[in-house]
Amino acid sequence: MVLTGKVFKFGDNIDTDVIIPARYLVTTDPAALAEHCMEDVSATFAKEVRKGDIIVGGSNFGCGSSREQAVLAIMGCGVKVVLAESFARIFYRNCINRGLYALEVSKATLDRIFQGDAISVDLEKGEIIKEGSSEFFNFKPISDEMKRIVAAGGIIPYTRQRIAKEV
Amino acid sequence: MGNTVTEKILAKAAGKKNVEVGEIIEAEIDLVMGTDVMMPLSFEIMEEIGAKRVFDREKVVVVLDHFAPAPNIKSASQARDIRENCKKFGIDHMIEVGRGGVCHTIIPDMGFAAPGEVIVGSDSHTTTYGALGAFSTGLGSTDIAVALTLGKLWFRVPPTIKVNFTGELPELIMGKDLILRLLGQIGADGARYKTLEFSGEIISRLEMDDRFTICNMGVEGGAKNAIIEPDDKTLGYLERVCKKPYDIIRSDADAAYENIIEIDCTGMEPQVACPHSPDNVSPVSEVKGIKVNQVYIGSCTNGRISDLRTAARFLKGRTVHPDVRLIVTPASQEVYLQAVREGLAEIFVEAGAAFNTPSCGACFGGHFGVIAGGEVCLSTTNRNFRGRMGSNEGMVYLASPAVAAATALSGRISDPREV
Ligand code: SF4
Repeated sequence: MVLTGKVFKFGDNIDTDVIIPARYLVTTDPAALAEHCMEDVSATFAKEVRKGDIIVGGSNFGCGSSREQAVLAIMGCGVKVVLAESFARIFYRNCINRGLYALEVSKATLDRIFQGDAISVDLEKGEIIKEGSSEFFNFKPISDEMKRIVAAGGIIPYTRQRIAKEV
Repeated sequence: MGNTVTEKILAKAAGKKNVEVGEIIEAEIDLVMGTDVMMPLSFEIMEEIGAKRVFDREKVVVVLDHFAPAPNIKSASQARDIRENCKKFGIDHMIEVGRGGVCHTIIPDMGFAAPGEVIVGSDSHTTTYGALGAFSTGLGSTDIAVALTLGKLWFRVPPTIKVNFTGELPELIMGKDLILRLLGQIGADGARYKTLEFSGEIISRLEMDDRFTICNMGVEGGAKNAIIEPDDKTLGYLERVCKKPYDIIRSDADAAYENIIEIDCTGMEPQVACPHSPDNVSPVSEVKGIKVNQVYIGSCTNGRISDLRTAARFLKGRTVHPDVRLIVTPASQEVYLQAVREGLAEIFVEAGAAFNTPSCGACFGGHFGVIAGGEVCLSTTNRNFRGRMGSNEGMVYLASPAVAAATALSGRISDPREV
């Protein structure tokens, strides 16, 4: 699968309170959460982001609380993939379990990707191509263990299959 | 090579002799903890999965603590739905408003957590129970729903960083100062995906309250879990609170650590984390004098009885600075009652503090002390991200209850040793 979209770039340590501030945690509706996504660091992101766009972070993306609403808020924006140098553990886990691609990409690569770039991310090949240029980069594909869950369609169908087997 | 306490707990839970760092295992879960902000989503996911009941009614606890008591209609409705869903899914241990308190304080204090266990909670500070020698970690609502349904979950075995606190612990230096000092050194991602194992002569001298504080904030360094091997103090505490059987698991003498960090506490100053990250740490001497509008003493980090006692020592017979509001929120009913019985409540109220019912309250900007734009709050909580305690134009400093009390008296960030 190849995902193509416009890049919205953020810095290091983008925490879950930034992705979706605690004051909006009164809902679990992705569309409602999306309206406030990133609003404490970018007044324009939630308005400008379009379906298929790509978030690029730095190191330790998604640090902070375990709130899964952070992943829902990003997905509610129509974003399907987040590239970062590294992810906070719980956030990473939430991404995999929910079906948001969280891809670890080297800092050298991230330094060559800029706000507003149009890029294509080839999940199978582990390749990022910058549109309108000859630049391309490689990244580490998600691990096999994760793939098993993703292949089942996420942790929910995976668990559903398992309890169906038990009864 | 031997194994660390974390590796040994995970191996046991996976039914294996040995596990290796980086290995993915499926572990049996001993306790699943859920809170009011995260359970609604977990219940939705349980419906989606097709789960009828939780895997074991004895191994699940749901705590109403964040929006407790409910400050608005939305949170009241959430709590109402949680109560109904707990009945529906067979959750007996639903800790009601007025009967418990903040999850990470009451889970150990009510005897739900024990050494050697694998514990997961729908809150990042679930690392707290590692102070008992358990593997304890926070997860998102989906993982919690799966854990509630299957009683099993996948984990990647983390590498362990050992942190030795050595030297002499100066007067008025608390668990909070030790963990802040470490966070300042390793940074917000210094322990990402990893285990922080706390050890050394200072740790063995610390009481449980301080150990909980330290493990609570391990997650601010990105840690998957924080852990302290059980010792006589742990056993003494468990003797009082925990009725269930448990295993004492300790690290092998030749356990392999990814890194060993030594922190000499001799001459350490009280530590303060400055806006907007818990790892932005300075000794108090570098930040003292900064004017504050609010001081908050409470939360799962520092809302225990020893924290309130420390604060009360400073506040006794004195009054809070006229330009400051001090909010004191005991972390549990038990702490609250103890504070009343010991006369601490009286000291706080007479000093001019707001003394609240147990709740997460102001810690996460929920209610009971939200800050406005341009305001400065010095807080004993664990996290000072932008917007965490209210307005994203607010500034939050984190410190110990001793620093908090001294600051409430002077209206400026103060060194408690100079009061
Ligand atoms: S007191 Fe604060 S950190 Fe602790 S569980 Fe409540 S909101 Fe979270």
